[in-house]
Amino acid sequence: MDLTLHVWRQSGPKDKGQLETYPAKGISPDMSFLEMLDEVNEQLIKTGKTPIVFDHDCREGICGTCSQTINGKAHGGQDRTTVCQLHMRSFKDGDEIFIEPWRARAFPVIKDLIVDRTALDTIMQAGGYVSCHTGGIPDGNAHPIGKPVADYAMDAAECIGCGACVAGCPNSSAMLYTSAKVAQLAVLPQGKHEAKARVKNMTDALQAEGFGNCTNHLECEASCPKGISVKFIAKLNREYMKAVVS
Amino acid sequence: MILDGKTPTGPIEKTWDKHRFDMKLVNPSNKRKFKVLVVGTGLAGGAAAASLGELGYNVEAFCYQDSSRRAHSIAAQGGINAAKNYPNDGDSIYRLFYDTIKGGDFRAREADVWRLAQVSNNIIDQCVAQGVPFARDYAGYLDNRSFGGAQVSRTFYARGQTGQQLLLGAYSALSRQVKAGTVKMYERTEMVDLVVVDGVAKGITCRNMITGEIKSYWGDAVCLATGGYVNVFYLSTNAMGCSVTAAWKAAQKGAYFANPCYTQIHPTCIPQTGDHQSKLTLMSESLRNDGRCWAPKNKEDCDKAPGDIPEEDRDYYLERKYPSFGNLAPRDIASRAAKEQCDDERGVGPGKRGVYLDYATAIERVGEHTIKERYGNLFEMYEKITDENAYKRPMRIYPAPHYSMGGLWVDYNLMSNIPGLFVLGEANFSVHGANRLGASALMQGLADGYFVIPYTIAGYLATVTPGTVTDEHPAFKESKEQVQAQTDKLLNIKGKKTVSEFHRELGKVMWEDVGMARSESSLKNALQRIPEIRDEFWKNVNVTGSGAELNQQLENAGRVSDFLEFAEVFTIDALHREESCGGHFRTEHQTDDGEAMRDDENFAYVAAWEFKGAGKAPELHKEPLKFDNVKLAVRSYK
Repeated sequence: MDLTLHVWRQSGPKDKGQLETYPAKGISPDMSFLEMLDEVNEQLIKTGKTPIVFDHDCREGICGTCSQTINGKAHGGQDRTTVCQLHMRSFKDGDEIFIEPWRARAFPVIKDLIVDRTALDTIMQAGGYVSCHTGGIPDGNAHPIGKPVADYAMDAAECIGCGACVAGCPNSSAMLYTSAKVAQLAVLPQGKHEAKARVKNMTDALQAEGFGNCTNHLECEASCPKGISVKFIAKLNREYMKAVVS
Repeated sequence: MILDGKTPTGPIEKTWDKHRFDMKLVNPSNKRKFKVLVVGTGLAGGAAAASLGELGYNVEAFCYQDSSRRAHSIAAQGGINAAKNYPNDGDSIYRLFYDTIKGGDFRAREADVWRLAQVSNNIIDQCVAQGVPFARDYAGYLDNRSFGGAQVSRTFYARGQTGQQLLLGAYSALSRQVKAGTVKMYERTEMVDLVVVDGVAKGITCRNMITGEIKSYWGDAVCLATGGYVNVFYLSTNAMGCSVTAAWKAAQKGAYFANPCYTQIHPTCIPQTGDHQSKLTLMSESLRNDGRCWAPKNKEDCDKAPGDIPEEDRDYYLERKYPSFGNLAPRDIASRAAKEQCDDERGVGPGKRGVYLDYATAIERVGEHTIKERYGNLFEMYEKITDENAYKRPMRIYPAPHYSMGGLWVDYNLMSNIPGLFVLGEANFSVHGANRLGASALMQGLADGYFVIPYTIAGYLATVTPGTVTDEHPAFKESKEQVQAQTDKLLNIKGKKTVSEFHRELGKVMWEDVGMARSESSLKNALQRIPEIRDEFWKNVNVTGSGAELNQQLENAGRVSDFLEFAEVFTIDALHREESCGGHFRTEHQTDDGEAMRDDENFAYVAAWEFKGAGKAPELHKEPLKFDNVKLAVRSYK
């Protein structure tokens, strides 16, 4: 199939950036979206043009590196799908496709489709852990964890940290991302003891990094390639209230 | 030269405890004076950086990804082994040790493997404490499953994302140390040289992948935890950024590369759809617990829908050939068997390079719900890529390069032959021998990072004075100049072929001639082709852009140039090893029924290669392997 791409090109953080148009010809419907971009890049190089840079690594939807806004939707808008798992069969011959980076104040563009997501790491560093030492740990079965609790924690832990929730949110909020970690650790016996400090520190970091607040648009859940539920945001709010009130 | 692995002597079950006591310690108040560089933040590197930082060392950690949470450890799906024996089914440290040695086809060091089995139990405890949400039963206890050839249920798992969850555990520990200020994290920073001063590793040179700045970092010790090299095949299940570069830079500086020919081909990958694709998606081989592998008995049936092929016309080849292990036969056996079906023109799907993995029987037995619970995300992943529903129609699978058992040579302390250079996880050669068992990669990465290096690095650091060499030393300037010269050279060729074209060409040679089954003639052909491709690369590659910017073409060009040197040593190793063992299968060395034939008399050694320059013959150093605790047996999975 033949497509027309409108791709965001920006040479660096200070450049204003603009959309540029490239043809993508002879694309197989079995290609992934990134394989299609590889193909376009090979053609750009052959014709003496600068290839498009984009973040990607595992190409199996788990590392969370790929990050593109396609036709206005984070990861292309397909249910539970990262860009690298999006396949060309979901487009039609002759389609025009707009490809842009994540858009959020907390994610400055580095170049073309690559943004700086350091802010997400900073939120984790503020408290997204259990303060246990290496070694000197009781047996893994010392504290039984009921299956419903373990499953709940696992549902939250599935977040791959890609930032689609931020890109999808009209407020550029990282609430879903933060809440997933807060909720996972708050329900586990290992993480309970630091729950109050954790939720306070992580939400403080969230604000300090320039992310917006949550006003219940639920675009985050819709954008999330792992289907992380907004129920974790409710959990975060409860945990936050517990921390500040008590 | 005969290499000394420095393994402790005495009863095997006491080796690690005795060694821990024998090693020197670094005084708590002195630890902060030592600077340790950790390259790579996957399971091994992340765990090491976090643990060393917590102990009080001054740690700097580096990764090429944009976050330390993204290393390819994240892609491991199936699980992590430990000798907990929770299911009461006969497991023990000894059994895990024995299975790992045997699975590795008797080509690993006994003491290293014992230590791995011994600390495996600590790993599970550690991860649980970090909040890793392992699968649990209804009483709240940790659940186990049997995995990849094991006859006991010793594998712990977190849905189909065990690697991701364990890495997030290590990442959380690392984040805590970054916050505490004991670890300084450098993301989007790729190591492009090792700095060696008077024969001792004293630092690294890196390229800042955003600005292109080439900068050196000094340390009293350097830990490489930079993963494996199977992207040398172009087609592989590794992430796009995985490369041999960091390890190869060390090899160029004199570190020996051990057993490069031991690579693992994973039996359950989604077949390739065309040449445009280099990344193949692996699906956990836990799928084989319930799936049945088959190919049509008759060529004529290959194009039919699988449901139209009656039971009697299906060849359940693993169950037929290996009645006791059936679909759980080890990876190398399962991979070769799949290729045999396709070579026999009974493959299915695009290009006829695929066999079926069928769940109909299992769904009938335990119901779709249970299968969904066990493999839901894998089925989802499969459908996304192939547009086929595996609950209704058997999956198509094909083997692909997946893991490298070979790696930089290290002694029992995980130190290479260059003092001060430690190598952890997949990047070293140490515990998997010629073949790695399923769910053992995660175990090794975390064992090395959490429970081995914190002890052994102290044994080394206690013998050196901290900060004697810093980046003021001329060797650092020299290293930076060398990297700059290499960068300029790549950018100034301005040839006609893209970096990817060269990588594809090299990969094709490696897959065809140095892949799953190797022969003297195929290897000799590869040894002729690799230097030709390399020569052409240096004359005709087109690397666009400049060095002083984010330039993915330049990054790839550097990695491919290293693969082009490394591939030759890899092939030489495969040619020299006149036996078949584990992941190394030489067609000349097989039994009448096609099983690998080891030659313990002549090849029970580690082959460690000293690189002498591109196109020059590398020098072979041997470390003999002694087996005092296991009896060398011919592996039989019949």
